[in-house]
Amino acid sequence: MSDYVLSIQDLSVTFALHDTEVQAVREMNFDLRAGETLAVVGESGSGKSQAFLGIMGLLAKNGRATGKAMLGDVNLLGMAPSRLDAYRGKDIAMIFQDPMTSLNPSLKVKTQLSEVLVKHRGFDTRKAEMTTIEMLERVGIPEPAKRANAYPHEMSGGMRQRVMIAMALLCQPKILIADEPTTALDVTVQAQMLDLFKTLTEDFGTSLVMITHDLGVVAGVADRMMVMYGGRAVEKGKVDDLFYDPRHPYTLGLLHSTPHIAHRAARLDPIQGLPPSLEHLPKGCSFNPRCAFCFDRCLEERPPLTPLGDEREKACFFEGPLQSKKVA
Amino acid sequence: MNQTPANLLEIRDLKKTFSIATGLFSRQLTLTALADINFNVRQGETLGIVGESGCGKSTLGRCILQLISPDEGQVLWLGQDLTRVPAEEMRKRRADLQIIFQDPLASLNPRMTVGEIIEDPLRTLRPEMNKTERRARVVRIMESVGLLPEMINRYPHEFSGGQAQRIGIARALITEPKLIVCDEPVSALDVSIQAQILNLLAELKDEFGLTLIFISHNLSVVRHVSDRILVLYLGRIVELATGDEIYEDPKHPYTTALLTAVPIPDPKLARQRNIDALKGEIPSPINPPSGCTFRTRCRHAQPQCAETRPPLETLENGRLVACIRWREIEAEKAALAEA
Repeated sequence: MSDYVLSIQDLSVTFALHDTEVQAVREMNFDLRAGETLAVVGESGSGKSQAFLGIMGLLAKNGRATGKAMLGDVNLLGMAPSRLDAYRGKDIAMIFQDPMTSLNPSLKVKTQLSEVLVKHRGFDTRKAEMTTIEMLERVGIPEPAKRANAYPHEMSGGMRQRVMIAMALLCQPKILIADEPTTALDVTVQAQMLDLFKTLTEDFGTSLVMITHDLGVVAGVADRMMVMYGGRAVEKGKVDDLFYDPRHPYTLGLLHSTPHIAHRAARLDPIQGLPPSLEHLPKGCSFNPRCAFCFDRCLEERPPLTPLGDEREKACFFEGPLQSKKVA
Repeated sequence: MNQTPANLLEIRDLKKTFSIATGLFSRQLTLTALADINFNVRQGETLGIVGESGCGKSTLGRCILQLISPDEGQVLWLGQDLTRVPAEEMRKRRADLQIIFQDPLASLNPRMTVGEIIEDPLRTLRPEMNKTERRARVVRIMESVGLLPEMINRYPHEFSGGQAQRIGIARALITEPKLIVCDEPVSALDVSIQAQILNLLAELKDEFGLTLIFISHNLSVVRHVSDRILVLYLGRIVELATGDEIYEDPKHPYTTALLTAVPIPDPKLARQRNIDALKGEIPSPINPPSGCTFRTRCRHAQPQCAETRPPLETLENGRLVACIRWREIEAEKAALAEA
């Protein structure tokens, strides 16, 4: 009996273009524990969003996900959409950066939320609406009974994101995947939302996957993290370990690129160059053109993700200490 | 620094309103985007402007450059009021005052080559230069911003966001401006690229002796680049102070609340931190609260805060704060720290 609620094995996501294929995610593996918060960190094109759209069966038409996504003993990958609907929204839910594109603009908040309960939990309309209003209150919407009658466009960005979270939590899913949920929000509202996520994971025991580029958000909410680059996980481990003792040069580079409000450095120490194009990944380690620790082996061979003990893994051949050597 | 540097720009009693119709037959409503704006920009400094969406920070940047005409008040550029300068002369003045926008690709003409985009301002603003001279300067500026000169005949869509922002910066620099308004210049960029552009702006500022107005919603970024920081709330200044003063000793309760909301990329500090999240959201600028506009979200608000608009008080060192209770709040904090 494992204590994992979700187990991803060798997940790859491929997109078919006119005459070629692009692999957005390659051989991703991870396990999600009950009640934990896992942060998935990376820049645009790292594959962090596509991996989870693949798991949820929400890829664009030319996209295909292979491997396994085990929800208990059920594999979500390759399942027909009609069967997938029995799990999506009920056991595993996903919310997105821009709530306006995920909410139906022509339906009242109450209508679209209670529909979830009618469909998945077989509630009658009255009970579904009552539960909806209770949930809106839980996520901090003032005057929930009144706001439930509003249309999405009548609400602010922060309120809409709360509505999305309420909708995702209605069936008390075991897993909530949040893709950049606070990126479009002001800092004060972001702080409210992060606080809400913490309370909700504690109260409902939901496992949270937080997809983000913001290391500040990761530090505040996550237990473990996975750093992605060029479609692959390059480092995994507990949040404190990766922040205070990064072992992959890309993780180190991200940390050095992030301005810190508490201490002002004269200059940031950014990663040189640009993220790779997925169609033309460099030979060997994808990060090698930007890496200050690169040596001959990195140009020829791709470093595998290797366990380092204590739940840590890294994909890098360099064995020396990273901190002492500054990126030029 | 013993001597305060000269003011490049002085903003006096600036006001900007927009009228909006809410429906076909409904009456016109007035949205006050900016009011009672008074501050100076010193020669050679980076002044950060922060605030939540809708606080008027971009409008302020545009009013300074006369891209939007303010309703009232003065924008004094080296003593001359730009709001009264005729359009034709203002156009020439733009050589001194440039802007960089948030969305680098959207702000570049897709049908012009990189060389043409960067060169374009020179055609209007430096008519005395011939084609060879213009090209030579374009190449020089491209090198300064980290673009390879052989990219000169490429089109914007061939560039990534970070490189496109370098093109935008080159276009702003080509006229040898004294002041550049940077309106969220790194918000659309990835973290690693964002750091590259921030470093580039710092280098260029030193190299060309620029003065920067840096508008951003990201307080960590603003802290990193700014000498002084202006905090706006609902179109009004709530505080202006040096970066260190703002972050180590904020006087206005809104500044304090904004700072505690900023995520810290340090798990131990983040856990220790007692986030006292600001309640609610920014009120509508169409119908702002009476008295202090922040009082509806302020944990220190008292009945008197609803009665009068707090004046913008000048403290030592040119620091500004608009809160009638800041001394009391400071005394309360000190008492609490002692207890």
